[in-house]
Formats: sequence, structure tokens, C-alpha cells
Amino acid sequence: MRLITKIGEWFDHRLQLAAPIREAAGHPVPRSTASWFYVFGSAALTVFLLQLVTGILLALIYVPSAGEAWSSLQALNHQVALGWFIRAMHGWGSNFMVAIVLIHMVQVFLFGAHKFPRELTWIIGVFLLLMTLGMAFTGQVLRFDQDAYWGLGIGASIASRVPVAGPFIVKLMLGGPIIAGATLSRFFALHVFVIPGLLIGFVCLHVLMVLKLGINEWPMPGRIVKRATYEAEYHTLTKKDGEPFVPYAIWKDMFFAAFIVLAVAACAFYFGPFGPTGQPDPTIIQTAPKPDYFFLWLYALLSLLPPALETPFLLIVPPLAILGLILLPFLSGEGEKSWKRRPIAVVTVLLIAITLGTFTRMAQFTPWSPHMNAWSGEPVPDRYIHGTTALERQGALVFQVKQCRNCHSLGDTGGQRGPALDSVAVRLTQDQLIRQVIQGGGNMPAYGNNLSPAETTALVAFLETLHPTTQRPARDAARELVLSNGQLKTSGTQP
Amino acid sequence: MSTNPVKTPPAQTSLSRRGFLMKLGILFNGLAAIIVALPVARFLVSSITRGRGNGYLSWVSLGGVGNFPEGETRMATFRNPLVMPTDGKTVETACWVRRIAGDQFQVFAINCAHLGCPVRWFPQSGLFMCPCHGGAYYRDGARASGPPERGLFEYPYKIESGVLTIDAGQLPTPGDPVASLTSEKPPCA
Repeated sequence: MRLITKIGEWFDHRLQLAAPIREAAGHPVPRSTASWFYVFGSAALTVFLLQLVTGILLALIYVPSAGEAWSSLQALNHQVALGWFIRAMHGWGSNFMVAIVLIHMVQVFLFGAHKFPRELTWIIGVFLLLMTLGMAFTGQVLRFDQDAYWGLGIGASIASRVPVAGPFIVKLMLGGPIIAGATLSRFFALHVFVIPGLLIGFVCLHVLMVLKLGINEWPMPGRIVKRATYEAEYHTLTKKDGEPFVPYAIWKDMFFAAFIVLAVAACAFYFGPFGPTGQPDPTIIQTAPKPDYFFLWLYALLSLLPPALETPFLLIVPPLAILGLILLPFLSGEGEKSWKRRPIAVVTVLLIAITLGTFTRMAQFTPWSPHMNAWSGEPVPDRYIHGTTALERQGALVFQVKQCRNCHSLGDTGGQRGPALDSVAVRLTQDQLIRQVIQGGGNMPAYGNNLSPAETTALVAFLETLHPTTQRPARDAARELVLSNGQLKTSGTQP
Repeated sequence: MSTNPVKTPPAQTSLSRRGFLMKLGILFNGLAAIIVALPVARFLVSSITRGRGNGYLSWVSLGGVGNFPEGETRMATFRNPLVMPTDGKTVETACWVRRIAGDQFQVFAINCAHLGCPVRWFPQSGLFMCPCHGGAYYRDGARASGPPERGLFEYPYKIESGVLTIDAGQLPTPGDPVASLTSEKPPCA
């Protein structure tokens, strides 16, 4: 024991780190902050460290070459002992990290911790969030499969829309004229060197500032933050009602950190690694690329925005949102901290969370994507054919063969791009059906050039049978009258 | 500064030998930084400068005209003109070739004009459909429906001794279509 102490003293005489570490560990924190609400920051740090370790382990096998990345991932999944588990840990770790960073941010915002004097801590936190998302996107690219390949194309298409500089940004991003070897190499450099380097630096600053400025006290309704008095008040609070961070508060951080590491491991073990999906071969086009879950909301948004609004939205809203987050502590640097007295803050958080949640949920079903194989893979339900005429059956065949089913569902199968047609005859009259089929409109292509008159007649005859037995099909009341008048006239002129 | 000529001491220190040498040191480092930064910057933007003008584009073959029956649209693949040793399969690119009649062709990029996903051709309905966000195009590449704001990107082509060649080599994107297109044509033109 004496020997260990002596060795320790020898090192500390040279390093002189023991005193500052002891001071940091023992710094007093307000009693109320030893709370389960205050564990997300340290949990984010824990997952980040886990990502560093699993990332280095993956780099032992992974080959950042467009020709070999995919097969090196296959080797990790199937040949290297527990390679699949390390991949799964890294993939799930990434999901956890995005989630925990967002939760941490919401907690900090609702507890008013972004206010004076912690403005810069918040701003650095915003950069940490952006870098975390940057890591998530570049990481998805390194899983160099079909999703990664076409995802890069989507990224390039978005970047290209920047006025003037767009084409240059695309070439800079891709490292050349197309998505190829140079693209993967530069995303590897970003994911493994550039962003992690910045992240480590910014995380150190972030933690240092938490130590220097003290942890945010539990917000009490009515305890107003004022620039002139806050620091003195905080100092008194930690003196009067403070406890040393170690061990008073840290045990909760430690428990939660261990829980998170186990949760990542459990997800990795039960659900396994993400992909890789098909080979990144651009000539295999039978694919429906989809982003990872933290970008699903964007996928939904890009499908649902009106086309003309898309480019302005993409170019204006994200920079504004980031600017808003950076300016937030300057716009509300003082005043009430408690979320109980900040209804707008609570509503804003709820609104953003519900919006992102809804978009994410929708993107899991992609109702806007045509089902490419519905026309050949999902037959018209029996009940729609039963007791129909030959013409109507021919129409059902036209309906399938002309790929109508890819966008329109019958009996809950088929695409959802257009409306379900189970009761279309109730909504549209015969004339309206013909017009819609031939001219399209309302986001439907015109089929006039691709249907013969006979096919159109058959198709519309089939569509007219699609109505519930209890409801009569729509009809144009005036039509019969006009037709019968016409008949009368014609018969009148005949001798 | 002529406002206060009496206060000479600070000026004296700034003119001291060590102070002067330090400033010279900063200048020297700045010069070194610039000399090193220039080639670094040139290296970083090489992917832009190399493609200046039409540097990335060249005529590539899609095979004999006979491979493309009249009135049909078929997929063709070509090797990107610029190849790096680490590219693997990514240099293979697909495109859609529509032979209208005789020597009249249309060669469409595989990438949707919305966000670049691979569009698929459905001969029965005469439509290109995109699996991502639901864009659709008519057989002549004109926009039919969905989020794309224009028709499919179209490669310039020519026929040399019975071989169909296109001017390709760069990923077409909405902001940088590379090849000109049909975009402004009305549907069913």
C-alpha cells in the first residue's frame, strides 16, 4: 500500500493533476441537482466514449474503399468473431446518442439552464448536436450499401440547390463528378478524424464550463435570473445548500451511465447490426432507399412539401433553426427558469416533438411511395371480381396491368400514393372517372396516351363496381335527362 | 500618433529588439502558413477545378443501336469516364434509352430529378416511377406527377457507325443538371 502511495506521489509530483482533479470532484453542487433529471449530459458523454471505443474496433477490420467497404462489413458480420456485435453496438450507440443528446437538450431548455451565465455552454451544446447529427449521417454513408449510395445522391441533390455555389458544393462533397471511391474516402475522413476531433475538443470545453460555472440549480418558480445578482445568489446557494459533487450527485450519473451502456448492449444483442443492405452497385435499381431513423422526419418532409416550397424550405429553415438555437440564450438570457412559468417554451418543445414524431412515424410507412411490385404481386381481392361481367373483369385486368395498383390500394393492399379505390364509384360519376383516367390531374399522371378506348371503357366499368353494397354509385342526375332529350330529338328528326 | 508625443516609453518597448524579433517571427510564420496553405487549398478543391468547363464529361458507348428496339425503352449501363482505383462497382452507371424511331433517341439519367433516387420504367403504363418520394414521368421524360419540378435529366447522344454514344460522366442533380433537358415541354408533348 505504501508502495502504491509512493508511486502515486512520484507521478503527481511531476504531473500535478491530483489537486485540480480533487477540486473538480469535490466542488459543491446545489443539493437539488442530485436528481435523475440531471443524468443525461453524463449519459451522452458515456455513449460518446462507447462510440469511440467501438468505432476504433470496427476500424480494425473495415476498409474505407468503395470497392471493398461492403464486403468488409460482410466479413465483420459473418467471419470475425462477434464482429456483428461490435457493429450492432456502434449502430445502436449512434441511435442512443442522438436520442440522449436531444433529451439532454430538452431538459436543459425546460430547466432554463441556457440562461445567464451559461449561454456559451448552450451554444457549444448546439454545435455538439450538429456534430452528433453529422456523425450519424457520415456513419450511415460508411455503411456503404444501397441506402448509403442513394442517400448520398439525395444529399448531393439537396446541396446542389444552393444558389450559385450548389454545383461546387456537390463536387466538393462527392470528391469528384459521381458518387465513387473518393466520396467514401472523404466521408471516412470526416467520420473518423475531422468530426470526432472537433467533438472531443468541444465536449472538453462543454464539461469544463459546467465545472467552472456550476451546475444549473433546480429551477424554482419565481426565482428570477438577473445578470447583476445571479452569480452571487448561486454562490450563496452552493455554500448554504451545497454538497460535494462526488459522491453526493455522481452516483446517479454512474447508475444511469451503466444502465445506458447495458441498454445499448441489449439492443445490439437482440436486434443485431444495421445492414448492410444490398451492394452499392448503381446498376441495381430495384431498391427503395431510406435514411436511418434520425433523418426519417426529413424524408417525410421532402415528400409532403409542395414542390415549389421545397427548395426555399431546405435552404432557409435549417439555417434559421440553427441561428435561432444559437441566439436563444441572448433572447431569453434572464428571467424565469422554471418550465412551470414558461408555457410558450413548453408548447414549443411539445410542438416540435410531436411534429418530428409524426413525420418519423409516417416515414416508416411511406404512404407517398408507389409500391413498385403491387401490380404484379397483389391480386385484386376476390370479392371485387365476384359476380362481375366480362367487361368489368377485363377492367380489373387493365387496372392491374397498367400499374394503377402501385399507387391505389384495393382491400388495404397496394400503394397509398393516391386514394384507396374501394369506394371510388361513390365519389366519382362515370364521366368523372373517364376524365380522371385520361387526363389525370390532382397528382395523378394522365393515361390518355397509354390506354386504348376499349381499355378505358373496361377500366371505368370495373371502377364503377367499386362501391359498398349499401351505397349506390354516384351518378350525374342531369345526364340521363340530357341523354334522353337527345334521344327524343334524334328520334323526332327521324321519319 | 502626434496627439501625445511625450509618452514615448510604450513606443520604446514595442521597438525593443526582442519585440521586433517576435513580430518578425509572427510575420515569418504567417508567410510560411500562406506558402503551405496555397497547395493545401488547391488540393482540397481539386474535385471542383478538375471538372471546370466540361472536364468530367466525355462520349461513352452504350452499345450498338440494334440493342434498342424501336418504340421501346430499355436500361443500359456504361462505365463512368473518370475511374479511380478504389471505385469498385460505383463507376458503373445505369440510364434509360428510349428509341423513338430510326436514329431518334432519348437517353434519360437513372436519377430522379427530385432527389436522385433511381427511377424505374413501367412499359405497360408508359411511366417512370420513383420509389422514394413518388415522382412519376411520362415516356418522353416529361414530369407526370409528384414532387419533381422538372422532367428527367437527358444525356446528349450521337450515333457513330451504328453505336449509340452519350455525353456523360457527372451525376446530374437539380441544381447542376449537366445535360440539358426536356423540362419545359408540356406533358404528353
